[in-house]
Amino acid sequence: MEMQNKNEQPLLDMRDVEITFNTANGPVKAVRGANLSVMQGESVAIVGESGSGKSTIALAAMGLLARNGKVTGGQILFDGKDYAAASDKEFRHIRGDQIGMVPQDPMSNLNPVWKIGFQVKETLKANGLGGGDMNKKVAEALENAGLPDAERRAGQYPHEFSGGMRQRALISIGLSCRPRLLVADEPTSALDVTVQRQILDHLDNMTAELGTAVLFITHDLGLAAERAEKVVVMYKGQVVESGPAIDLLRNPQHPYTKRLIDSAPSLSSHRMENEAAAQKSASGTDNVLEIENLTKVFKIREKGLKKSDFLAVDDVSFNVRRGTTTAVVGESGSGKSTVAKMVLNLLEPTSGTIRFDGEDMGRLSEKELFRFRRRVQPIFQDPYGSLDPMYSIFRTIEQPLKIHGIGDARSRQNKVKELLEHVSMPASTMHRFPNELSGGQRQRIAIARALALEPEVIICDEAVSALDVLVQAQVLELLNKLQAELGLSYLFITHDLAVVRQIADDVVVMKDGQLVESGKTDDIFATPQTEYTSNLLDAIPGGQLLV
Amino acid sequence: MPENTENIVRNEASPNDVKRAGKVSRRHIPHFVAPLEETPLQAVDSVNETADPLSFWAEAWRNLRRQPLFIVSAALILLIVVVSIFPQWFTSVDPRSCSLDNARGGAAPGHPLGFTYQGCDVYARVIFGAQASVLVGLFTTIGVVIVGGTFGALAGYYGGWMDAVLARLGDIFFALPLILGAIVLMQLPAFRENQSPWTVTLTLVVFGWPQVARITRGAVIEAKGADFVMAARSLGVSKFGALVRHVLPNSLSPIIVVASISLGTYIVAEATLSFLGIGLPSSIVSWGNDISDAQISVRNNPQILFWPALALSITVLSFIMLGDALRDALDPKSRKA
Amino acid sequence: MLMYTLRRVLHMVPVFFGATLLVYFLVFATGDPIAALSGGKPMSDAVEATLRAQYNLDQPFWVQYGIYLKNLLTLDLGTTFSGQSVNDVVARAMPVTARLAVMALAIEAIFGVVFGVFAGLRKGGIFDSTVLVLSLVVISVPTFVLGFVFQFVFGVKLDWTSPTVGPDAGWGDLILPATVLGLVSLAYVIRLSRTQIAENLSADFVRTASAKGLTRGRVVLVHVLRNSLIPVITFLGADLGMLMGGAIVTEGVFNVPGIGKVLFDAIKIGESPTVVAVVSVMVLVFVVANLAVDLLYALLDPRIRYA
Repeated sequence: MEMQNKNEQPLLDMRDVEITFNTANGPVKAVRGANLSVMQGESVAIVGESGSGKSTIALAAMGLLARNGKVTGGQILFDGKDYAAASDKEFRHIRGDQIGMVPQDPMSNLNPVWKIGFQVKETLKANGLGGGDMNKKVAEALENAGLPDAERRAGQYPHEFSGGMRQRALISIGLSCRPRLLVADEPTSALDVTVQRQILDHLDNMTAELGTAVLFITHDLGLAAERAEKVVVMYKGQVVESGPAIDLLRNPQHPYTKRLIDSAPSLSSHRMENEAAAQKSASGTDNVLEIENLTKVFKIREKGLKKSDFLAVDDVSFNVRRGTTTAVVGESGSGKSTVAKMVLNLLEPTSGTIRFDGEDMGRLSEKELFRFRRRVQPIFQDPYGSLDPMYSIFRTIEQPLKIHGIGDARSRQNKVKELLEHVSMPASTMHRFPNELSGGQRQRIAIARALALEPEVIICDEAVSALDVLVQAQVLELLNKLQAELGLSYLFITHDLAVVRQIADDVVVMKDGQLVESGKTDDIFATPQTEYTSNLLDAIPGGQLLV
Repeated sequence: MPENTENIVRNEASPNDVKRAGKVSRRHIPHFVAPLEETPLQAVDSVNETADPLSFWAEAWRNLRRQPLFIVSAALILLIVVVSIFPQWFTSVDPRSCSLDNARGGAAPGHPLGFTYQGCDVYARVIFGAQASVLVGLFTTIGVVIVGGTFGALAGYYGGWMDAVLARLGDIFFALPLILGAIVLMQLPAFRENQSPWTVTLTLVVFGWPQVARITRGAVIEAKGADFVMAARSLGVSKFGALVRHVLPNSLSPIIVVASISLGTYIVAEATLSFLGIGLPSSIVSWGNDISDAQISVRNNPQILFWPALALSITVLSFIMLGDALRDALDPKSRKA
Repeated sequence: MLMYTLRRVLHMVPVFFGATLLVYFLVFATGDPIAALSGGKPMSDAVEATLRAQYNLDQPFWVQYGIYLKNLLTLDLGTTFSGQSVNDVVARAMPVTARLAVMALAIEAIFGVVFGVFAGLRKGGIFDSTVLVLSLVVISVPTFVLGFVFQFVFGVKLDWTSPTVGPDAGWGDLILPATVLGLVSLAYVIRLSRTQIAENLSADFVRTASAKGLTRGRVVLVHVLRNSLIPVITFLGADLGMLMGGAIVTEGVFNVPGIGKVLFDAIKIGESPTVVAVVSVMVLVFVVANLAVDLLYALLDPRIRYA
């Protein structure tokens, strides 16, 4: 590699790196023979699924591997010096003022018992930037990261900050000592898209101004291509492809990279094919769900003993046409999940009506409600929480049949097998338990369980948000296939507009409990009517790269 | 950094409209592709069909079997239980046949641990003393788990006023530490006149339940928020049904752990009460009473006190070790995937 | 913070009333203390009536409880059967127990935290394993057995200190009983600080602190230790109440003239009014200690103040 840039030494050069973790089941190689280089001022992104070793390799460059992890081979050259076997003390010299870090989760990366200002200040002091008016220096660092009212904010504790503000504080810590390399480990994956964009823009500007090299770690190929000059794709602990960002995106060579690009939702520009749904969406007026003036007020306790009203859902109306997908999209706090819970009858609306097949659900008796349960089924976000760990897969899928007294033991067993086949899982899975399955597999089991009662409507509450891109694409395809086969209607709750693009016929955009706009997916993506929606669309990372 | 000047990112857009079209470096970046055979592409998300299916309890059992702590404590507990059910298998000497001729006597044939102040056989008394301790410990634990578990589960699951009332009640009982509360109760004439393993058990249950209630409440609150509970509800499972079928089974781990450890502490509490003379009646052979009796001669004949104390300590240690081992095996964090 | 303090104080009130009511109810509604006093011997009606009047036993239960509560709050604890003022008895015994409890707490806090921190920092090492096994053993051995063992080994065999404590109970005399009293809790403190340290060592914010370039010592001191000690301090505060319970046994074994010994003796002769008075004082100490812990907790953990 140095051949081509012979007069330039890379800032960070990792050669043939191997990293091994000692686990209860013996040593596991998390990274094998990986090469990675970052030049002065260059922005590089490592892309990969969870477990690909992308975070591990970046942490190794700072000597921050977990205690059971060790660099067992290769070289880690920073500024020409090998740190592969360096002690904590040696690493300390480069941490902070040579290599800074912006960690992934803003919630857990600030110490909850110290003020924000203190946590910035100790960084400056540790890197020889102490002395003088420290408060001013701290406020300056925070201001540079885009934190408004920095002087006052420095005196607050992390729990008084929102997620975005915490991430800004962490960025200010990471860049406070003007490092030559910044490691940004999924710096915005826990944040809403619009906040994510603001923060990434700011990070971009700051590092360009300071000439800082950036090593991004991300699962989002779109984000990587948009923010980095060079992209490194990792798969199962190895680097499978690396190269200039745009080139790699347009002209992928390795089959894994091709696969990633094919399934990256942010890069797709049309809905998954489904003729039946398209027809019904275009022509039909047959509404399976009609939601009218739906409102939900929560009583929340404020400081002290006062209680106040919180309007979680404010006068929302929309319809779901039979056999189609309607997506409700919004950022955190938009009230979209509250809508889902009310439609599922797990929460009582404060006012407004939900009509299912023309019937007002608010007036259903206990018995009618029980029958209603058969016709509307949910799929939840967290694949690890939605299956009871004590229940075998068979019991999980059989449970709804048993409750509703469908069939005998024999026919139920056949039905379970059939359902597993529907969601493309081997029949032998039914003897297994949830903890033996991956997130995507669990989500497929959850779909099988939801299908057991042959429902008409399925409410997907962020059903694919927690999954890796490839698995996410697979589950979305499965949902699309089932819709075509069974004529299902989906109410799809999500924060991810890219996913909406792939699966939805109609979209409802929500913000702060209110409906911002609604309409056909194609129309809204082409010509958003409100500024909020166009901001949301604009914030999809990589959205404009391949169109 | 002189190199940097020639390596500035080419960026036609204004700095505020950053790089939305991607960045192009002026450097030459080689396009590297790993040979396919090095990292063969695997099917996305396929089920591992090689391993045997493993339920939660089966996996916990597998983890347990590997722990030396568990093996030692389980073997000891098994021994203690057998001793307490069939003491006559271990000695043919009657622990109550005492003769002052043998008082404080040393080891003799057939009497390996010597004699007490009253001339009873120490070994026989240690063997027969197990029953009382195990009985009180076991029944107290059962009672505490039933009372505390029910209260805690209802408070945690239904919340609201029930939670508020039970939380206050728990706080009130908490203000009286187990031993202090038990002392107040056991010294009452009504209890003094009816000293038996059952009154001791009752007393310990009365002051021991809040701890289990607190732990159950916490576990239930955690479990009831899980999506699988909501999923069950929307499948048509009733609210109470979801508690019994999904919430409680998933709250059992911490209750089992605290029950095992508490069993040990209840045995200590019983012995302490007996030592104070307000626990088990002296007619029952028990370690607490024997230790209490032996204290007068502790300076000259410490061995009389030593043996029942050792038996007591080993019993308690076994249950606490078992609790520790269970905690590790049942910890959801230690589960794979 | 003010709101929080007020809430905690308000919270304390029903607990105090509830606990004292519980004690009073248990003692006076379920037995006849006068019968216990007479020890089964016949007593003249006149004497019995006087005694009943003296302890307000001729009044309905709620009136009795009211008088008892009023007396308790005005710090009038009544008289023992032998005619001594319980106030005097408590006033004499309390300083001794306070000294004992403070020493036990200090032993717990110092050795518990030091051992726990070192074990936690080197989790899985030899020191850790040794400390862990020893703490299990200490937890398993009942306090009164420990008391006898210490008395025998240090008092009789080695003769380092007198096996029992005299009526003056100076600081030096109390080292042995304080160690015994604190030992079980010491084991819990070790285990608690150990798990806390080990848990916090792998916390995200600790890794971030290392990434800032802080020295290892500073990371441990500022970021691991402070966060880990918060629950330990809570435990120590709540333990003050437990020490009161433990003092009954320890003071009995070592013959320490403290409040536990007063209770120990009162139990032996079935002197219910004294038992109620002393236990009430202990409950009061326990409740106040818990309040102090809650406030200290809020000072140490900023998240609590706003909850």
